[in-house]
Amino acid sequence: MSYARITGTGSYLPEKVLTNHDLEQMVETNDQWIRERTGIEKRHIAADDQTTCDLAEQAARRALEAAGRSPDDIDLIIVATTTPDRVFPSTACLVQQRLDIHGCAAFDIQAVCTGFVYALGVADKFIRTGAAKCALVIGAETLSRIIDWTDRSTCVLFGDGAGAVILEASEEPGILSTHLHADGNYESLLTVNVGVSSNFDALVRGEAYIHMKGNEVFRMAVNTLGRIVDETLEANHMTQADVDWLIPHQANIRIINATARKLNMPPERVVVTVDQHGNTSAASVPMALDVAVRDGRIQRGETLLMEAFGGGFTWGSALLKF
Amino acid sequence: MSNIEERVKKIVVEQLGVKEDEVTTGASFVDDLGADSLDTVELVMALEEEFECEIPDEEAEKITTVQQAIDYINANLG
Repeated sequence: MSYARITGTGSYLPEKVLTNHDLEQMVETNDQWIRERTGIEKRHIAADDQTTCDLAEQAARRALEAAGRSPDDIDLIIVATTTPDRVFPSTACLVQQRLDIHGCAAFDIQAVCTGFVYALGVADKFIRTGAAKCALVIGAETLSRIIDWTDRSTCVLFGDGAGAVILEASEEPGILSTHLHADGNYESLLTVNVGVSSNFDALVRGEAYIHMKGNEVFRMAVNTLGRIVDETLEANHMTQADVDWLIPHQANIRIINATARKLNMPPERVVVTVDQHGNTSAASVPMALDVAVRDGRIQRGETLLMEAFGGGFTWGSALLKF
Repeated sequence: MSNIEERVKKIVVEQLGVKEDEVTTGASFVDDLGADSLDTVELVMALEEEFECEIPDEEAEKITTVQQAIDYINANLG
């Protein structure tokens, strides 16, 4: 049986940058407050005419180039997003059209901040069963569109961006395991309580905003991420000493630090981009991966542990040899 | 009793990065010891770890001083 192996990574950040100082002009907040509580210094925001598909396309092209593949090679497209361009068709189909790919399966996955890990888990299964040979897996978001820019407790946290990987069948490992979980009982703690089938009027009025009970989410996130990391390592008979790089979802530096502390993972082995990107939901893990691959930190053959936690709640992890 | 008090105070010192003599039993985490909202969450989590217990959210919200933390542990431990 073959493994699914990441053969190329790519990411894209929109040009417009919003710093903490810019936010000081918009709501009552300040740079120091934001840094101390979140670790965020700036975030990128999509231009008015730029959509999730636009960001996804750029990240996908860079990943294809890094893998030395052309769009013709792709036989599966999965886009993890919470902020799709349209109700339908899926953003994956729109990306497929942009890349001039025809006929292969293409669909979106909605698991909020855990979306990319979910998408990677699903693509891994397609490849392991022989249903696909060369998958394009993307996490892409324009969260800026569902933020209440007058709410200082949430508007400082999020940003836009996209990250992508090419996942290919290979005799060499490869993704070792993925672990996906959810518990809908916590739906109200982190939500945009507006959609097509409920509160549609609010959506039309442009009032679909992220609401979060920060303290509860923080505590659940740290405890849950600690547990899933243990589950992942145990399933592979490994310890944290076997992991070269932890690539966490980039929500908040204090969640990242608390999780790393629980793991006894030294900070220099944790990839952090939250300071530069903010929380980009499904895009954060693949963007962090791409940053650390391109700056030379992550090398071929190293063992990577990805983990994420998000609305739902959903949570998940992936352990892999790069 | 004093053992629990010492352990709670030690955690407060470590979590909030304050001096030992500042951590009087009456001290409020936010007003006296400069904790922000996430600090108090992390403090409760550290207490849970130290005393191997689970403190429900609604109880955690009521723990705002060193004395309240000590009282909670005393009442709920074992």
